[in-house]
Amino acid sequence: MNWTKKDLIGLETLTREEIETILETAVSFKEISSRPVKKVPPLRGKTVVNLFFEPSTRTKTSFELAAKRLSADVLSFEVATSSISKGETIVDTARNIEAMKVDCFIVRHSIAGAPELISRNVSSAVINAGDGCHEHPTQALLDMFTVKEKLGRIRGIKISIVGDILHSRVARSNIWGFTKLGARVFVCGPPPIIPADVEKMGAKVTYNIDEAIRDTDVIYLLRLQKERQKENFLSSLREYSYFYGIDETRYSEIKKGAVIMHPGPMNRGVEIKSEIAERQNSLILEQVTNGIAVRMAVLYLTIGSRK
Amino acid sequence: MTGREISRIIEKAAGIIEGEMGFSGLAIVGIRRRGAILADRIKKYFPDEVPVGYLDINLYRDDFSKIGAHPVISETEVLFDIDGKNILLVDDVLFTGRTIRAALDALVDLGRPALVRLFVLVDRGHRELPIGADFTGRKVETLVDEMVEVRLKEIDIRDEVLIEKKK
Repeated sequence: MNWTKKDLIGLETLTREEIETILETAVSFKEISSRPVKKVPPLRGKTVVNLFFEPSTRTKTSFELAAKRLSADVLSFEVATSSISKGETIVDTARNIEAMKVDCFIVRHSIAGAPELISRNVSSAVINAGDGCHEHPTQALLDMFTVKEKLGRIRGIKISIVGDILHSRVARSNIWGFTKLGARVFVCGPPPIIPADVEKMGAKVTYNIDEAIRDTDVIYLLRLQKERQKENFLSSLREYSYFYGIDETRYSEIKKGAVIMHPGPMNRGVEIKSEIAERQNSLILEQVTNGIAVRMAVLYLTIGSRK
Repeated sequence: MTGREISRIIEKAAGIIEGEMGFSGLAIVGIRRRGAILADRIKKYFPDEVPVGYLDINLYRDDFSKIGAHPVISETEVLFDIDGKNILLVDDVLFTGRTIRAALDALVDLGRPALVRLFVLVDRGHRELPIGADFTGRKVETLVDEMVEVRLKEIDIRDEVLIEKKK
């Protein structure tokens, strides 16, 4: 399949074929990171700009390494010292950087829609690295890649996403992606943090963790953001952990061959008991490794053939 | 060229390669896709300890940003250390020499072979770079606008080599 999209804003707007093209391309790129010389030349001379308006370690580093392994030059934009703090709009910031002839913006912003707003105002490619509670497409793509690699398929599997679905862009992207590829997606968490319209996206809702983990192939735990307690979405972290955390009893209930995933950063002892995160069927670090291959594929497809 | 001729060429070439390169430190690397298949066929004449790898050269193409469409990237699978090895590089058709240039770049990114020799099934001339094959199945006179199509039964139903006018 030939790639025609300028940007990657979300998985809601991608077709099944487009998602599969990214995942297949990533398979070939994974091998490059295991070489002694971890570099290939297709993005030589291209400039990729990390435009992060929200803190990030994993995603920013992962995009930076992905771009560098494809031989692109990478500029990381420090928002704290930028002209945004002098009152410039994000569109003006992006257009000014684009005037210096760059090829791609990787955008993270706390407001949903910010990457799309930038993409409509620049001719460079824009890749969404997480916008508000909207989408985090490359995270979902790397999750799908990891599941496909470990379980051999996505069609027909059951995946249960547990945690704060309401505020999670990772959950939204994963629901779009996994349902498009034919998985059965369940979401589970306390009622105040399960969005009302999530079933319209194709996910089934359960408030009972035991039901969510029964017969599931993938247990996908989300990070519980501690500040949600202050906003009265939760009565306490201990209560959350008691009702929804994966402890030894619940771990013993999961079916043989099932895997545990987490987009990080983990709250050990809240959504997952610390030791369980280290078990053989926990794919948490595998996800991080695969993130590079998937982001290489996305960069290659969006800017690889730009003149 | 018929399937039988292709088989005969490969058998003969395997003998010549063995004579000139020996088996000690020898490794075969085929260029995807049809060079990879030919590499497997040559390997059948060699002992088990001679490793075979496959190279995808698309990321190293010099026309990368000019072709517009994305070449499909397949996996590079060279699962042995190429440092100090005598590499037999295998491809189906030698034409401008640009594929081999890319393959050499791809290869040196994986390590430092002691030497690299090239086998091609068909040399059709019209080189644009100073590159030549060490082992050539057959030299064919062609016009620049003709196409040399190598078909191998593993992916194309039957073995044959055709020369056609470009459509």
